[in-house]
Amino acid sequence: MSAPPRTIVSTELLPARTAAEIVPRAMPPALVRRRRLHTAWSHTLMIAVAMLFVLPMVFVVLTSLMTDAQALSNDFWPKPFQFSNYSTVFHTIPVGLYTWNTVQIAVLGTIGVVVSSVPVAYALSRMRWKGRQVVFVLVLSTLMLPYQVTVVPLYVWFSKIHWIPSFKPLIVPSFLGDAFSIFLLRQFFLSVPEELTDAARVDGASHWQIMTRIMVPLSKSAIAAIALFNFLYNWNDFFAPLLFAGDDPHLWTLALGLNEFRGQYHVEFNLMMAASILFMIPVVVLFFLAQRVLIEGVTLTGSKE
Amino acid sequence: MLLFLSPWIVGFVLLTLAPMLASLYWSFTKYQLPGDPKWIGTLNYRFMFTKDPFFWVSVRNTIWIIVVGLPLRVVFGVITALLLTRKRRGVNLYRTAYFLPTMAPIVAATLAFVFLLNPEHGPINALLRSVGIDDPPLWFFSPQWSKPALVLLGLWGVGDAMIIFLAGFLDVPQHLYEAADIEGAGRWPKFLHVSLPMVSPVIFFEVVTGIIFGFQYFAQAYIVAFNTGREANVGDPQNSLLFYSVYLYRQGFQNFKMGYASAMAWVLLLVSMACTVLVLRGSKRWVHYQGGGFLK
Repeated sequence: MSAPPRTIVSTELLPARTAAEIVPRAMPPALVRRRRLHTAWSHTLMIAVAMLFVLPMVFVVLTSLMTDAQALSNDFWPKPFQFSNYSTVFHTIPVGLYTWNTVQIAVLGTIGVVVSSVPVAYALSRMRWKGRQVVFVLVLSTLMLPYQVTVVPLYVWFSKIHWIPSFKPLIVPSFLGDAFSIFLLRQFFLSVPEELTDAARVDGASHWQIMTRIMVPLSKSAIAAIALFNFLYNWNDFFAPLLFAGDDPHLWTLALGLNEFRGQYHVEFNLMMAASILFMIPVVVLFFLAQRVLIEGVTLTGSKE
Repeated sequence: MLLFLSPWIVGFVLLTLAPMLASLYWSFTKYQLPGDPKWIGTLNYRFMFTKDPFFWVSVRNTIWIIVVGLPLRVVFGVITALLLTRKRRGVNLYRTAYFLPTMAPIVAATLAFVFLLNPEHGPINALLRSVGIDDPPLWFFSPQWSKPALVLLGLWGVGDAMIIFLAGFLDVPQHLYEAADIEGAGRWPKFLHVSLPMVSPVIFFEVVTGIIFGFQYFAQAYIVAFNTGREANVGDPQNSLLFYSVYLYRQGFQNFKMGYASAMAWVLLLVSMACTVLVLRGSKRWVHYQGGGFLK
């Protein structure tokens, strides 16, 4: 409420007053009370909604620290806290192996998408050729294509060349471009000023040089965004690993392995929740580290040009 | 140019065009792996529409999850986004809290709900019993409550829609609100006639992708069935979670009826295309585009 003292420049129109005389009027107590009430009410509402989102997570964390018997009771609070659940998980399922498998697929798949999508997006935004618009529309339409239409033949063909079960069907296609990433990168490349690339062309730079020396360095944030999206997608994906690697437990990813906690007679909820949390931690950490990049990526996907 | 485009060309031909044509052809054949495809004309399609009871079960379940789940998600997404638009103390903390579940991978989130909604041991039913509801729902163990349970799971992870809506609300130019203020518009008219039209393209995007993803709904149903029953089959309990993609998976990758699965896939493609066109047509009436459309 302490407004900086203002100086009135034109004094002719106003009665002579000094700046110090202009004091903000105190808010009437009724208004203050109403405002406070409103703030309190809106925070209550926000907190109530936040509870809906957060409480389930709290239950999950608490259960992950319970003993077997307690996890099957109606207790909310672990007594005692059994932190050893988190190490028990490692003995119950081969967490190390599943993590290594997941990392391999996610990292190689991400590299593949970036390496293959950048040149395609470049051709769709910075090179002039007949049919460019047609190809762009085709890229967009593959984005809308339900995967079921292609997955049956791909499964048959991959199994004919003995790629099932293996990681190959999960990794190799990434090196052939990803429609969503191409679309995102193209949108970003279009926003890079033409003058920059034109100047380079005048200086005799080839398209390859322009792409690697100008576009890629200028688009670090967009490339980081698609890399992140793809990494998270691969990390979380359930269907493709189930289909192409599901038959061989040695090839399971974390997403598949997490389903192994239905014990002989009952589900081991405490271990299942502990494993789920272990699975989530890298994703959450990545989200927080890359918040800015992800938000930029989301705004890129926005329906704005 | 060709060199730059080559990854996409190879990918498009090998991973999209050829499989599409193959599955179109196979949809007119009986193709039981490990055998070879045998031409049977339109028999797969006729059987699907007239004789296969499970096909219609899967269609009904899919329509249910789209018609009930999607509007709830949009409304809840808009409400939560609106709550987060105003600049007040701690808004970033609230944003993080609301978005937290969305960060959870589908498998982890679904397993969490399998536990939370466990009829005997889950905390939700414990809460319900403590407020006097003596026979709370059996959730994933009952065919009546399994789909509502999945809708709850979808609402919990509304964050992805929410942040897109939020970005839309924050992007509405301030001068529009000021103009509305001058006209003496209250809060509700301002929302109805300024905010909502301005974010309608984003809502529209969410509806279209929501329908397409609805037809592809799979992982949650699979994980629920696998983790609730010992002898459970995908689609359980009692086929209440037999969604379209789940049934396609059962036919194609459990029964290895590749011809029938291909026919189902093509019906899916045509239906989701038709839905998209219908929504696009209808959108002209309620979607407000500032300065032209998407492709211009």
